Amino acid sequence: MSESFTKGMARNIYYGGSVFFFLIFLALTFHTVKEMPKRDNRHNITEAVERGKHLWEKNNCIGCHTLIGEGAYFAPELGNVYIRRGGEAGFKPFLNGWMNAQPLNIPGRRQMPNFHLNDQEIDDLAEFLKWTSELDTNNWPPNIEG
Amino acid sequence: MNTLKYQSQAVAKPYFIFAMILFVGQILFGLVMGLQYVVGDFLSGIIPFNVARMVHTNLLIIWILFGFMGSAYYLVPEESETELYSPKLAIILFWIFVVASVATILGYLLVPYSTLADITFNELWPTMGREFLEQPTITKIGIVIVCLGFLFNLGMTMLKGRKTAINMVLFTGLVGLAVFFLFAFYNPTNLALDKLFWWFVIHLWVEGVWELIMGAILAYVLIKVTGVDREVIEKWLYVIIAMALISGILGTGHHFYWLMTPTYWQWVGSIFSALEPLPFFAMVLYAFNMVNRRRREHPNKAATLWALGTAVMSFLGAGVWGFLHTLSFVNYYTHGSQITAAHGHMAFYGAYAMIVMTIISYAMPKLRGIGEANCNKAQVVEMWGFWLMTVAMVFITLFLTGAGILQVWLQRLPESGEALSFMVTQDKLAIFYWLREIAGVIFLLGLISYLTSFFITEKKAQA
Repeated sequence: MSESFTKGMARNIYYGGSVFFFLIFLALTFHTVKEMPKRDNRHNITEAVERGKHLWEKNNCIGCHTLIGEGAYFAPELGNVYIRRGGEAGFKPFLNGWMNAQPLNIPGRRQMPNFHLNDQEIDDLAEFLKWTSELDTNNWPPNIEG
Repeated sequence: MNTLKYQSQAVAKPYFIFAMILFVGQILFGLVMGLQYVVGDFLSGIIPFNVARMVHTNLLIIWILFGFMGSAYYLVPEESETELYSPKLAIILFWIFVVASVATILGYLLVPYSTLADITFNELWPTMGREFLEQPTITKIGIVIVCLGFLFNLGMTMLKGRKTAINMVLFTGLVGLAVFFLFAFYNPTNLALDKLFWWFVIHLWVEGVWELIMGAILAYVLIKVTGVDREVIEKWLYVIIAMALISGILGTGHHFYWLMTPTYWQWVGSIFSALEPLPFFAMVLYAFNMVNRRRREHPNKAATLWALGTAVMSFLGAGVWGFLHTLSFVNYYTHGSQITAAHGHMAFYGAYAMIVMTIISYAMPKLRGIGEANCNKAQVVEMWGFWLMTVAMVFITLFLTGAGILQVWLQRLPESGEALSFMVTQDKLAIFYWLREIAGVIFLLGLISYLTSFFITEKKAQA
């Protein structure tokens, strides 16, 4: 590196550049948070959705599944599972049957544990996944398979 | 033989040793998960995949933190030209962190996660159940306390001593690490906000402040092994971390594409994260440049190899493999696929596992009273470990990339109705997962070789 470019100049670029871009980042984040209500349907967050999110966290669902593409890549995407598995008419009965059928014990197949949730809890989880499926994710995922 | 410049540097030793023990655990659980990808019911009753993954990723985070702390305790006194403010505090914090880590990992393994949530009173302040932040709230509080004590100890040491650029950059990075971790305590009911601010921990750690820590450690080791003038190395350090933060802060946007956010993030995230490889490329140029311009032949060849290796592998893993899927129109198809896993593996190994092994390689002979370097035989075995682990990681990354490309082709690109389902697609990827598992076994052999090198000592000539 050229001798006329000194350590002091490099340091100033580091401090100035990081502070400048961090402030821009904060401003954009602030704007994003203000815009979010238009996209996250927060008026639809019921107590059941809230309980469902706690159940989602308490059973470490993210340890195998993705939710809007984030999580582990071992088991299917669940951000749109409500749409993929029956929607308004069919999702709740599907989820209840599915959760109670675990573990499937098919030799060699990836096994989902049984989390021993009662009907009320499975219903709460379904409400959480329904609400999640209605989020405006800028059109992700590309197709219904997630 | 005492080979330390400042006696208090010795507190780094238990940190490094414990980091290596956790590293072994991380790899063993990685192999379990790798097998579960193809033999789905392997140990599924005892170690369900979600548990194995949580142990694998949390052990990684914890051992890297132990490694960073050990590095700081080792290099800050020498850079400050003074003894550590309180070696006793460093040892107390070590044991607190050990107990908290071991208890947490055992908690993951011995009781169902929901039970762990109950017995740690998660409902009082729910923070569990989010990727990488699975630790019970009480563990998170413990991490904050350890970090505060650690920063206090370093800060007091630096205040009374010489202030070097390396020390300042390292300290800034560590303060950033502690500050951004506080977002782990923010877990709103609204998933949209939860996800947005979750990235304030994850991204601003690994693509932000951790790069400062890595840069500072690398600069320190390069000064020591090459003897190149500090002014030159510190100038490069500033340039690299300036590029890292200027690209990386707004680069956070590449995680916001699909998160209930305005679409401008697709531009901001794509443009700035496309620049994120630059600091890593500069790091490669700089590491090789400094080694070529070396003013001394340091006897520790292995440490020099690690220093060059971490620069190259972080450029490939974080830089190249990050760029592969960072542009929003590509990420639309690759988001949350095996491409992400491929990138994650090589980036973490190249940048953070290897930088910790770089300073361990440099510091351990001194901490153990052996001298400037291990004997030649030990270094050869260590370098076998380096090459086996590094080549294995290249192959792990290539196989996961192959799996990811096929996954995108089968599951993401076709229209609904034509696309294969997730589980059917996974069956088609089995060959890649098997090959990845084999590469994983090679990685373990490399790790064993690496650890063996610590036990090889020169045979004293018998009289």
